[in-house]
Amino acid sequence: MNPGLTLATAGRVLRQVRTDHRTIALIIVVPCVLLGLLAWIYTGTHVFDLIGPALLGVFPMVVMFIVTSVATLRERQSGTLERLLTTPMGKGDFMIGYAVGFGLLAVVQAVVATGFAVWVCGLDVAGPVWLLVVVAVADAVLGTALGLLASGFARTEFQAVQFMPAFLLPQFLLCGLLIPRDQLPTFLEWISNLLPLSYAVDAMKEITRSTDPLSAVAGDLGIVAGFIIAALALASLTLSRRSA
Amino acid sequence: MMNNYDGPAVAISGLQVVRGRRDVIPGLDLEIPAGEVVGLLGPSGSGKSTLMRCIVGVQITKGGTVTVLGHPAGSPELRKEVGYVTQAPSVYEDLTVRDNIAYFARAVGLRGTELRDAVDRTLAEVDLVDYGGQLIRDLSGGQESRVSLAAALVGRPTLLVLDEPTVGLDPVLRRDLWELFANLAAQGHSLVVSSHVMDEATRCDRLVLLRAGEVLADVTPEELLARTGAADADAAFLTLVDHAAETRRSAS
Repeated sequence: MNPGLTLATAGRVLRQVRTDHRTIALIIVVPCVLLGLLAWIYTGTHVFDLIGPALLGVFPMVVMFIVTSVATLRERQSGTLERLLTTPMGKGDFMIGYAVGFGLLAVVQAVVATGFAVWVCGLDVAGPVWLLVVVAVADAVLGTALGLLASGFARTEFQAVQFMPAFLLPQFLLCGLLIPRDQLPTFLEWISNLLPLSYAVDAMKEITRSTDPLSAVAGDLGIVAGFIIAALALASLTLSRRSA
Repeated sequence: MMNNYDGPAVAISGLQVVRGRRDVIPGLDLEIPAGEVVGLLGPSGSGKSTLMRCIVGVQITKGGTVTVLGHPAGSPELRKEVGYVTQAPSVYEDLTVRDNIAYFARAVGLRGTELRDAVDRTLAEVDLVDYGGQLIRDLSGGQESRVSLAAALVGRPTLLVLDEPTVGLDPVLRRDLWELFANLAAQGHSLVVSSHVMDEATRCDRLVLLRAGEVLADVTPEELLARTGAADADAAFLTLVDHAAETRRSAS
């Protein structure tokens, strides 16, 4: 690991995204549109206040998962990854570079989406609003780490995109958004305890209902961080310098 | 980035490579001298690219050793010393020419003014000075492959491994690139350049002719012509192939 090489990769990833204006627009605008739609559907009820924060955490994860898994697959197919690994660039520099680059993009996305939810859609949470942004960014980095891992198993871009429902939808169904996790059938509750999105949504729910959620959120974020490290470590095994 | 090692650039012994079910390289011994432009010639499927991948250290091998500048191929000590250009251009479509070259320059540790100077010099070498701000996806195929070459040239590695760097380029550009290769060799760099265009053979200091993963000849261009009595490299190669087939027939 070398900070210079990691930052060079993060900068390169961001420069690539910068030339693709439509992708930037989709990353920033789509979460706002969906949040706005949700707030509109539940006009006059408190439902939006309950699920809005959780969705603020889900969107960045989904978007970054797709963007990262397709981008890394392209690196494998175009030969740029093989070429990079013949240089002093390490696997860690490559992966953390992606995480940092897309993490910065996620900061912009999270700030805009949270601002829109709170000031335009009237989202009302008990805890501090800035903490919503922190959790959303952690979720985005989680999405990037899982995307790096998933792309190791994809041979084509079709497969890479299909991994989104395969990796993320079960997590979405079991994260406590549809029914609280402690009301799930016991076996499903166990499974849900093993999935990272559950902890991200727990953190968001804590911010929704508690005026002082910091310590509970810190615990959940610690678990999410553990999943990020594990996903990156597993992903590094799929990056090999040599091939047949 | 030149190192002071004074043995051969590459020493290969007993190399075996299997891809799928085929023995692409059944057992190969070869020494590539330092400070020369060595041409790797042979028909499509003769194992040129596979051999280059072995030298760079990205190919899984079945047996034998490949020693590059005194280290096993692919070892961490070599990552600044060996530059590799694949046959298909490997650069980022959605970055500009300059950003691509600069990124690969950063990967080998160049920073600040040193980085800027190296990128400017390399843009001139591949004749893309006016295209620095263009995205790769807006370039022609030949221009894209020159960016791919530039990404390896920018770090001035001790050994350059170039897989068909002149395919699809016009004659003027090809001449300029071969002159650049000769200049680099004169400064002490070693180059392994593959081609299936035999008339480029005369541009090399030394020729290695491959066929079916075996070394058919390892000679200077003059020796090749003298040995086969042929008028040009194309004819010389055909003579050698016929001769090898004949030897095999009479042996069996």
